[in-house]
Amino acid sequence: MTRKMLLKKTAFYAVVVVIVLISVFPFYYAILTSLKTGTDLFKVNYFPSSFNFSNYIDILHNGEFIRSTLNSVFIASTTVACALLLAVTASYALARVRFRGRGLLLMSILAISMFPQIAVLAGLFELIRFIGIYNTPWAMILSYTIFTLPFTVWVLTTFMRDLPVEIEEAAIVDGATPWTIITQIFMPLLWPALVTTGLLAFIGAWNEFLFALTFTASESMRTVPVAIAMLSGSSQYETPWGLIMAASVLVTVPLVVLVLIFQRKIVSGLTAGGVKG
Amino acid sequence: MFNKAILPPPGTSSLQRQKLRAAFWFLAPMLIVLFCVAAWPLLRSIYFSFTNTSLTNLYGGEWIGFKNYLTWKTLSSGHTIYSGTLADPAWWNAVWNTVKFALVSVSLETIFGLMVALVLNAEFKGRGLVRAAILIPWAIPTIVSAKIWAWMFNDQFGIINNMLLSIGLIDHKMAWTANLDTAMLSVIIVDIWKTTPFMALLCLAGLQMIPRDMYESAKIDGIHPIKVFFQVTLPLVKPALMVAVIFRTLDALRMFDLVYVLTPNSNATKTMSILSRENLIDFDKFAYGSAQSTLLFAIIALFVVLYIWLGKIDLSGDKS
Repeated sequence: MTRKMLLKKTAFYAVVVVIVLISVFPFYYAILTSLKTGTDLFKVNYFPSSFNFSNYIDILHNGEFIRSTLNSVFIASTTVACALLLAVTASYALARVRFRGRGLLLMSILAISMFPQIAVLAGLFELIRFIGIYNTPWAMILSYTIFTLPFTVWVLTTFMRDLPVEIEEAAIVDGATPWTIITQIFMPLLWPALVTTGLLAFIGAWNEFLFALTFTASESMRTVPVAIAMLSGSSQYETPWGLIMAASVLVTVPLVVLVLIFQRKIVSGLTAGGVKG
Repeated sequence: MFNKAILPPPGTSSLQRQKLRAAFWFLAPMLIVLFCVAAWPLLRSIYFSFTNTSLTNLYGGEWIGFKNYLTWKTLSSGHTIYSGTLADPAWWNAVWNTVKFALVSVSLETIFGLMVALVLNAEFKGRGLVRAAILIPWAIPTIVSAKIWAWMFNDQFGIINNMLLSIGLIDHKMAWTANLDTAMLSVIIVDIWKTTPFMALLCLAGLQMIPRDMYESAKIDGIHPIKVFFQVTLPLVKPALMVAVIFRTLDALRMFDLVYVLTPNSNATKTMSILSRENLIDFDKFAYGSAQSTLLFAIIALFVVLYIWLGKIDLSGDKS
């Protein structure tokens, strides 16, 4: 009996180890590659053989890459700020006020977040050209709203629905207007939810590729994903793998750290956006 | 009674009215923004698909009806020539690629996601660590993971070839992403690696809602664990699982970035989104690309309607 249990336990932990290895290995290998240069790159190692930081030094001296990072930071944070600003008031109305067509409105907001982005590409292209923001960060800020706004509204609505009614009723008795209820009572309670949704929306905006690829023309306007996808070496036939891996590690480490810090909150945010729908 | 409906007790009425008015002003900015970035561009894209607009002359298009979709001409010899997207083999190739990709990747992700969720639902030392580890693929931007895997799949210096050669599974180095037979396989592998964590977390949330005493009583009754899984766990986790599956399927049907970076210009992996963008922007067939993007939208919309419809039947069946 004990032997059987031991065997079972060993098998279970073997599965656990396999899951962890598969999840972590590609990123580990990217770090490994980023520390190699020259012919070292073309020797396959499973463990670090050299610690050569010249790829990192090169990429940090690459003005275009720094510019792309700044572009991405600006675009993602502005998009998230706008989305949260619009979503807080809208989700209060959706979660707390009964009105005709509320269910239908919620369904259409969910439907928009499932839109294939390519379906609006032609129309957005025309709109962006018309306003004159083609090849500027504003083109991305405008177009990313299509997925960040419905997502934040949806998640914040589910969060707000769960807040106790009594607090709100007490405030109404005291003569508070809906605006004061939101800013004075709900906002302090909502901070954790705002941080989670904001972070998820930020990741979404940071990673977006199709719009960023289509609505930028010059190298200095690119966002990080486009810059990494387009990184090329001195010649057309030579891919600078060490450099690409260094850039990839640099833009991913902050995300991974953030996700690990907020992992519990992120899981609850994801499931609020998904399961409760 | 009629009067009462229009004029409810004064106190509640003004409060209710104030609340409704506030709700309207709270919703208006979001609705206006969503109309501008979603509804209007969608309508314009659909409109473009019925014109001969070109990228360089966005306002010079003329209405040409369904010609971008399907048109035919009968030659004097009696031969009929069809043209338009629906008669374009490249389009049907993209449809087939997308469907194949969505079907295979989503079903495998569901199976693996459920497996990982079952592991994470068990209590063991280091569970937090495992959960942190599986979040890493999810946190890595798609473009970055595509690049990392492109390097791992590299035909000359890739570690995948190295691994498989050393354990003897293959006898020569393979060009995983360039080869037409394996390009789709590599895209699917990367997608599974990247999105199984999402699936697992959603499944885990569903699993954790199942009361523990259900397992306890099954254990006391001496029911085999596999039977417990199929008769207790699976039916109870099904609603959460179905939501995860629909989200993933919709995502898979619009797949763009991974394919664009991992297997550029490969006919074996070209999806509907890739083909449509190619026509819209790169080939200056703006209206033709719009027709393809509109078709993709129609396919996804049809899928959603079908899902809601089927879901309703299922729900009422559950209740009875």
